[in-house]
Amino acid sequence: MSKRIEVNDLDVYYSKFLAVEGVSLTIEPRTVTALIGPSGCGKSTFLRTLNRMHEVIPGARVDGEVLIDGNNLYGPGVDPVLVRRQVGMVFQRPNPFPTMSIGDNVLAGVKLNNRRMPKSEGDDLIEKSLRGANLWNEVKDRLDKPGSSLSGGQQQRLCIARAIAVQPDVILMDEPCSALDPISTLAIEDLIEEMKTDFTIVIVTHNMQQASRVSDRTAFFNIAGTGKPGKLIEYDDTTTIFSNPTVQATEDYVSGRFG
Amino acid sequence: MTTAVDRIAIKAKERPGDRIFSTATLVAGGLILGVLAAVAAFLLIQSIPAFVAEPDDFKGDFTNFWSYVAPLAFGTLWSAFLALLMAIPVAIGIALFISHYAPRKLAAGLGYIIDLLAAVPSVVFGLWGIGVLAPMLQPFYANLVEWFGWFPLFAGPVSGTGRTIFTVAIVLAVMVLPIITAICREIFLQTPVLYEEASLALGATRWEMITMAVLPFGRAGIISAAMLGLGRALGETMAVAMVLSPSPQILFQLLTSQNPTTIAANIALNFPEAHGVGVNILLATGLMLFVITLIVNMIARLIINRRKAFSGAN
Amino acid sequence: MSTTLTVSAPVTNSLTAGKLPKNSSLMVLLASWLVVAAFFLVINLAGVTDGFNWAGTLFFGTVLYCIALFLFSYFVEGIRRAKDRLVTALVTIAFVVALIPLISLVGTTVINGLPAFLTPTFFTESQRNVVGAGGGALHAIVGTLFVTGLATLISVPIGLLTAIYLTEYGIGRLAKGITFFVDVMTGIPSIVAGLFAYALFSLLFDDPGIRFGFGGSIALSVLMIPVVVRSSEEMLKLVPNELREAAYALGVPKWLTIVKVVLPTALAGIVTGVMISISRVIGETAPLLIIAGFTASMNYDLFSERMMTLPVFVYNQYASQGTDAQAYVDRAWAGALTLILIVMLLNLAARLIARVFSPKLGR
Repeated sequence: MSKRIEVNDLDVYYSKFLAVEGVSLTIEPRTVTALIGPSGCGKSTFLRTLNRMHEVIPGARVDGEVLIDGNNLYGPGVDPVLVRRQVGMVFQRPNPFPTMSIGDNVLAGVKLNNRRMPKSEGDDLIEKSLRGANLWNEVKDRLDKPGSSLSGGQQQRLCIARAIAVQPDVILMDEPCSALDPISTLAIEDLIEEMKTDFTIVIVTHNMQQASRVSDRTAFFNIAGTGKPGKLIEYDDTTTIFSNPTVQATEDYVSGRFG
Repeated sequence: MTTAVDRIAIKAKERPGDRIFSTATLVAGGLILGVLAAVAAFLLIQSIPAFVAEPDDFKGDFTNFWSYVAPLAFGTLWSAFLALLMAIPVAIGIALFISHYAPRKLAAGLGYIIDLLAAVPSVVFGLWGIGVLAPMLQPFYANLVEWFGWFPLFAGPVSGTGRTIFTVAIVLAVMVLPIITAICREIFLQTPVLYEEASLALGATRWEMITMAVLPFGRAGIISAAMLGLGRALGETMAVAMVLSPSPQILFQLLTSQNPTTIAANIALNFPEAHGVGVNILLATGLMLFVITLIVNMIARLIINRRKAFSGAN
Repeated sequence: MSTTLTVSAPVTNSLTAGKLPKNSSLMVLLASWLVVAAFFLVINLAGVTDGFNWAGTLFFGTVLYCIALFLFSYFVEGIRRAKDRLVTALVTIAFVVALIPLISLVGTTVINGLPAFLTPTFFTESQRNVVGAGGGALHAIVGTLFVTGLATLISVPIGLLTAIYLTEYGIGRLAKGITFFVDVMTGIPSIVAGLFAYALFSLLFDDPGIRFGFGGSIALSVLMIPVVVRSSEEMLKLVPNELREAAYALGVPKWLTIVKVVLPTALAGIVTGVMISISRVIGETAPLLIIAGFTASMNYDLFSERMMTLPVFVYNQYASQGTDAQAYVDRAWAGALTLILIVMLLNLAARLIARVFSPKLGR
């Protein structure tokens, strides 16, 4: 199910402002890639371009190409809606739909697209997705309760289950643990480790311990100053980035000398 | 170059559902502009005969349309002005009471009580004005004329029924009170707590805090609230039509039985029996009212919008 | 000598110095009322006025209270505290003053309206062939429901779609223009809306004496649409962007996101707004007087003939009293009571819906 992502010379603009410049990298299937860097360096913006979610922001646009198994996301006639069905996303703050029950939240991707699904099939998908998100045992008795009745960490795993249920190839995570307590964070990190066998995962994080714990490869983004575009500084195996980086700025950042 | 082509190509790929839905919303939005234009257009078309009407066409002793509409326009502005004069200080007081004086827990409930005033239909205000307020105020008016008759506004002879323009102004004041209060309250509540705490920390009393932080912050808001209240008072029909005993003249006296009436009330009273050019004349006065309220409202909205841009609230 | 230290008075808190005791403003208020009451009692007993002057007592007592409180505070606490106390008193009085008309209005309506309101025929009969007492307001109630109902059917789709345009699609000048003119439209006098409907239909059907219920619905729609737009827009803006993004990220097209995520989340608020906007227009008299006219008979057809509505019924009963004037006035008050009840019920239900059904956003 998982696929290789190739990014070639990608620029991201907000109206006329160049936010991210010249990013090229390749993400292998069934890996976890962490994007780290100081605030405002464009790592979240870059993440959003991987499933065209940046288009939600007025004025945002992209030059360059993103290939998923050779298909250019920014090719002519590409439907962003279809892109997003292949590349799922989990956000910084857990955002279950408040009008839906836990079960319906998991099926949201199916139901919101007006697709019919037999009840037994739906129940199977709910169970499978919730098991995939390590949430099944905690919520199996209250699938008809509203999603907002769960704790923050559970809500975030519900959102992951919701993303899994669409059966994407890639899952993007935008600081998925920044609104959670350490215990919930640990649960999510364990989950990411397990999900790696099925999905290609790209995660943005501010927490460098987290990046070193969960990821195989790490990309370090930085900006020269406010108003300047963010750039990809270094991209390598996580162990290399954290023990033996080639660029001075990376070493300064991961060792805590700035940022 | 090529990217521009790409982007156009991407845009071209739109789902039919999206296309239909976004077009529907756009049509609805455009329809609103259309309705506003239609209101102006149809009133204008139907008003043309009135502008060239002969003196015989007017009810009463008038030579042309402008001499007919002048006392009505005066009455409209004069009654609305008096109403605002009473309503604004009270409304600011209530808004301050709710936002800064009443206990926090009660504030929302007290605001709701004032909002109830806005929910009362104007025809009920009319009944109340003529059935309760006017008879209650009449003895008070008699005393006022007796003691202060030397003051031009209070000159006699006093009205025997209390159905004077002053009573109308009181009813109008009560009617616009909730509108002005609601906006002022919102604006006072938006005062940045930092400013308030800064002045309190300097040892200011609550009133000094309000004059230092709340009122300067809310000045534009108060002005526009007053303008919106003015718009409502100018257009109010039934309460005026029912309470006032009218006479089509320009008179400043507040307490006599000779009172200038308003455009709206004049239309309501005369429309059911009007015929021929008379209908067009009434429509033309309606057009004048529309123009007056449109200008007032546009000024109010411009003030609000300019303030919004500077407050950084959005 | 150290043993003969002067024993100071019981320890006082220096921060309480120069302050009036806690309940002093209430005491001053009661004292002022008592003083003025005594004055009026004396002149009443002396025979200058007939009857004790309650209104005067409260009015002048309150004025005296403001002056006395200011002076007391000025001499004990200084000018700054005195001003503060004066303003506190004035602001509180402003609130109480606003309550007087509300209480008086609701009270009189209930007292004057109940007798005719409670007659069994009020809700079952029209005014057809009724002279003097008797009959009912059924024709007006039905008319109001028909006219307002149709106005709602017209206004809600247009208003809601416009609100969706403004929050979800609108960018640039057109959206700004629509927002501005919607705001301006909220200020259109109701009678102008009625005149517009008349001007439109009398031209369209070439009938200068045109009166029918549908015209009333159009006039009410002109008044109602901007209110629906504003309230729905506010509610749609409250829906967190995160929910829209969550739906997009699941591969849901924009229009389905709006229909299935945004609207359900804002539904309670939108319904509340619609009900409040209904309560605003249901009491409108002037436009209906002009385009729907008045009649004493039942009329179930919105598209032909005059149609009575409740507010016009109230006005008409009052304005054209027959031989038995009291019967007409009673019916007017009963109509007013019905109207107030409808409006209050709508408001209450709206607030209940807002409280009970709105989804819990955030944590």
